[in-house]
Amino acid sequence: MSILKPKTIIDKIWDQHVVVAEDHKPNLLYIDLHLVHEVTSPQAFEGLRMAGRKVRRPDLTFATMDHNVPTVNPFDTKDEIALKQMEALQANCKEFGIPLADLHSPDQGIVHVIGPELGLTQPGKTIVCGDSHTSTHGAFGALAFGIGTSEVEHVLATQCLWQARPKTMKIEITGKRPLGVTAKDVILGVIAKYGVDFGTGYVVEYSGEAIRDMTMEERMTICNMSIEFGARAGLIEPDETTFNYLRGRQYVPQGAAFDEAVERWKALATDEGAEFDKVVTFDAASLVPQVTWGTNPGMCTGVDEVVPHPDSFDNEVERRAAKKALAYMDLIPGTKITDIPVDYVFIGSCTNSRLEDLREAAQIVKGQKVAPGVTALIVPGSKRVKQEAEEEGLDQIFIEAGFEWRESGCSMCLGMNPDIVPPGKRCASTSNRNFEGRQGRGAKTHLVSPVMAAAAAIKGHFVDVRELNLERGARHGTTHSA
Amino acid sequence: MEPLIRHKGKVAVLDQVNVDTDQIIPKQFLKRIERSGFGQFLFYDWRYREDGSLNPDFVLNHPRYEGASILLTRNNFGCGSSREHAPWALMDYGFRIILAPSFGDIFYNNCFKNGLLPIKLSEDQIDELFRKTEAEVGYELIIDLENEQITDDHGLRIPFETDPYRRTLLLKGLDDIGVTETYEAQISAYEERHKSYV
Repeated sequence: MSILKPKTIIDKIWDQHVVVAEDHKPNLLYIDLHLVHEVTSPQAFEGLRMAGRKVRRPDLTFATMDHNVPTVNPFDTKDEIALKQMEALQANCKEFGIPLADLHSPDQGIVHVIGPELGLTQPGKTIVCGDSHTSTHGAFGALAFGIGTSEVEHVLATQCLWQARPKTMKIEITGKRPLGVTAKDVILGVIAKYGVDFGTGYVVEYSGEAIRDMTMEERMTICNMSIEFGARAGLIEPDETTFNYLRGRQYVPQGAAFDEAVERWKALATDEGAEFDKVVTFDAASLVPQVTWGTNPGMCTGVDEVVPHPDSFDNEVERRAAKKALAYMDLIPGTKITDIPVDYVFIGSCTNSRLEDLREAAQIVKGQKVAPGVTALIVPGSKRVKQEAEEEGLDQIFIEAGFEWRESGCSMCLGMNPDIVPPGKRCASTSNRNFEGRQGRGAKTHLVSPVMAAAAAIKGHFVDVRELNLERGARHGTTHSA
Repeated sequence: MEPLIRHKGKVAVLDQVNVDTDQIIPKQFLKRIERSGFGQFLFYDWRYREDGSLNPDFVLNHPRYEGASILLTRNNFGCGSSREHAPWALMDYGFRIILAPSFGDIFYNNCFKNGLLPIKLSEDQIDELFRKTEAEVGYELIIDLENEQITDDHGLRIPFETDPYRRTLLLKGLDDIGVTETYEAQISAYEERHKSYV
């Protein structure tokens, strides 16, 4: 037997899941957890029915409704096509025996919020979902990636996927984050520095001091946006923070079985000397809060900067893209970021809608009022997040300040439900995509952290949160009460 | 899935980097529960003005590109959301081939599942094709998947590469769930070994 070659966590999880490895073919990879939602699944179920196929492992499949759900009253869907899609999921789950957290369930919420919350998401698992932000689950040391509807059908039928082995990348985030600089700023900073297609073809392991210091919620924010620079999956080696988060959750092993699982999970860590195809480092200590100015997440700068001039870009293609983005965003180069006014503020989405995000935003909002003319929404990521926030009185802080306190769902991140930014309006959003028309046709999206969004709601324009009186409160050492 | 072996068609250009799937098919059209009928919504916000009329400035609305089945575009085409509605819309509109220097990973996978062939070429090759397409109204290319080469009627010849497994599926129009089911014994054996782990 040859000497064992040091392996990355990515290769370890991959190798543990290879069902078939033949020459000139991708590997057939086993999938441990398949998450399903209403938008990308109906055609997959229809395909199964047409071919007379069953769901191979309904016990490894879990469904919820999130994209279309109205957040004022979830049971009042006026959009008949959306309603049909939710009813189709209900019927499909019943027909194929798949557990479903529907609108009546206390477990309902954004699919990437409830997976971790329920403990379905665990280290070492392969996890897929018909949604590109499935990368979120990588925060637990899982190999988690988004798939299309044909692949959803493939996993439903076979519990496997044909996948070519990805290239591996290590992104080491060094240093300690300054106060006011959040996980969201770190990942936006990485994308701004390296570009929106830097990760294409790779799975990324995030490591380094700044990552180790992060809570699970913060790690989820980081992994969530891996796809925004093209990486289908991004993950973080599981550690005590991970195990403490998971202990006691509904779907994790309990008691001695949990301790055994922890031993297995610890062995997933990248071996000393393992080689990555690409390695980059990023310094968190010198980072400032980030604000996007354009129409992709890489078009981003520090809050203390100005809107860049298209001529400042390296090549003609980028200059043209910047010019088009600025025209869409209706921004003049040289404008101070802090001089940009906002009409809407959205705190929510699978990137930033967890309890800790709401706690941090509440810290800014407490005792203040939303600026006149600003519409501000808080959309908790799940029913459980909403309930826990209410138990802490966060809802009252937001409501008293003039925020709307909504039911859980994807909401204004992509506006498939009625939560849409009107044409021409400008929104500070804690979501993940500032694409043209993402939040509504003609809507201008600026991606920011929850604290930056909360501060913009109060002031009516972007502000540098480092200048506010921040406490290092909720952010560190948060543990869950489950 | 319809097999794709050799395709001859008119080329249309979309000279933009990072075209995301939100642009290819905006979210308001994702609520249908069928796979068909998405072509009318392709590039909706670019193709149509707010009043619903055709936007004459958008390149695919130029009469010279009418009936095109090959889309020539730039880096990172199809980035963003995993929505398979994007290839469904491109196919339904009439595209069979997309040429670009790079693609979003999930979109790239989704294309193959639907008989839409994304081909990666170098930036220089893409530039050359842009020049040729813009210089000649009705410019056509011939895509030969079996021999992995692109030609035109004027002697152009560009070789390209595709993953052999995906090429086979596309050439034969095979449903890969059917292929996977032939590995039933291996999947069951894996599940047995893996039982205590999940």
